[in-house]
Amino acid sequence: MPPSPAPVIEFRDVSYRLNGTQVLSDLNLRIEFGETLVLLGRSGSGKTTTLKLINRLLSPSSGELLVNGVPNTQSDVIQLRRGIGYVIQEAGLFPHFTVERNIGLVPKIEGWDDARIHNRVHELMQLVGLAPEMLSRYPNQLSGGERQRVGVARALAADPAILLMDEPFGALDAITRNDLQQEFVSLQRSLHKTVVFVTHDLREALRIGSRIALMESGRLIAVYTPKQFLQSKDPHAAAYLKAFGNGFESECN
Amino acid sequence: MDFLHFMLQNQSQVLELTLEHLWLVGLSTLFAVLIGVPLGISIAHRPLFNKIVLGSANIIQTIPSLALFGFLLPVPWIGDRAGRLAVIALTLYALLPIIRNTYTGIRGVDPAVVEAGRGMGLTESQLLFQVELPLAFSVILSGVRVAVVISVGLATIAAAIGAGGLGEFIFRGLAMVDDKVILAGAIPAAVLALAADLSMGWIEKRLQPR
Repeated sequence: MPPSPAPVIEFRDVSYRLNGTQVLSDLNLRIEFGETLVLLGRSGSGKTTTLKLINRLLSPSSGELLVNGVPNTQSDVIQLRRGIGYVIQEAGLFPHFTVERNIGLVPKIEGWDDARIHNRVHELMQLVGLAPEMLSRYPNQLSGGERQRVGVARALAADPAILLMDEPFGALDAITRNDLQQEFVSLQRSLHKTVVFVTHDLREALRIGSRIALMESGRLIAVYTPKQFLQSKDPHAAAYLKAFGNGFESECN
Repeated sequence: MDFLHFMLQNQSQVLELTLEHLWLVGLSTLFAVLIGVPLGISIAHRPLFNKIVLGSANIIQTIPSLALFGFLLPVPWIGDRAGRLAVIALTLYALLPIIRNTYTGIRGVDPAVVEAGRGMGLTESQLLFQVELPLAFSVILSGVRVAVVISVGLATIAAAIGAGGLGEFIFRGLAMVDDKVILAGAIPAAVLALAADLSMGWIEKRLQPR
């Protein structure tokens, strides 16, 4: 696949204020085709806000945001969102839908015929490592890890080029999280989606990200590759390294 | 068991009044659902109006039923026919539980689920019909259930303005000071209320979201 010349997502001086509070200040960020950009920061640093601005769950107070070179306010919001996969913590699955209906929802509302949806759902189940028997289950009959796999499958259903992930593995136990992180990295190697991934976990960021955007109090501090992050002298980056201990070299993506 | 004897003797009238009663309750519940559910949905999405709407429905609820029937009597069109007036009054009483439960049910849907749906590109009406309403359904239904049970009782008052229903027996029995005639109205009304409550409770349980 040839890389597109323009960035897939571009923030131009984007600010977001809510009830007089500056949540995000003058964000400038280019996210390139096929990379996994991790937004790393503490709670309240503006990383989830940044993510939600991309699929217009939030609208910037100033500045503009380009998706595929077009300001995202110019495209139809429903079509924009259907072209962007969205995975959140605890997956946000529909509790009254089976796994099959959850995964097949976007294809269905996009008007795919049943056979095509059926095939796609089975293909995705295999891709995220779930047995086909799970298809008839409801979300509350699944483990946390299984739910999150369904969440990823659902986001990938209509084959979007962009994937937004908001702490998708945050609520999982350490072992499951580890498995899913590794699977995600190998999945991404074959899919080449443009991924924006929010986390507060440095270890996860280093493992998954091709680049790490470090955020603090609504500002972008810097964008690093995982290796650069480890060598960074910036006090914010250093604080993370200190908090998470050492021995990260082997983790880098 | 005098009243049983009386009921058997007046079988056809008991049946007729029961059907009339059911008609009053059924029609008013239908109208209350058609008005109350959309109202409940709109105040769940626009909390600005929730105090006004819930407050008004609450005030209606506090008006004594006999007085409400009396107030509506001189109103043009409404007062023209007793059945019409009774259905309107019963509809007004049934609104509160239906609006309130619709509002509570929709507000009770996990916001993360709604946001996930919105983020996936569901339109607002797809969100409403595929996510919010199905998840709120059992709460809404329990509001309808309460409304029906209240209506079955209140509909007996409709006989006071000549709208028929099982209240006919009750008022006639009161005038005649005859227990068995009162019971011939009251017992079937109580049975109707219980039957409605049990059957709707059963449906509610069957449709419980997982």
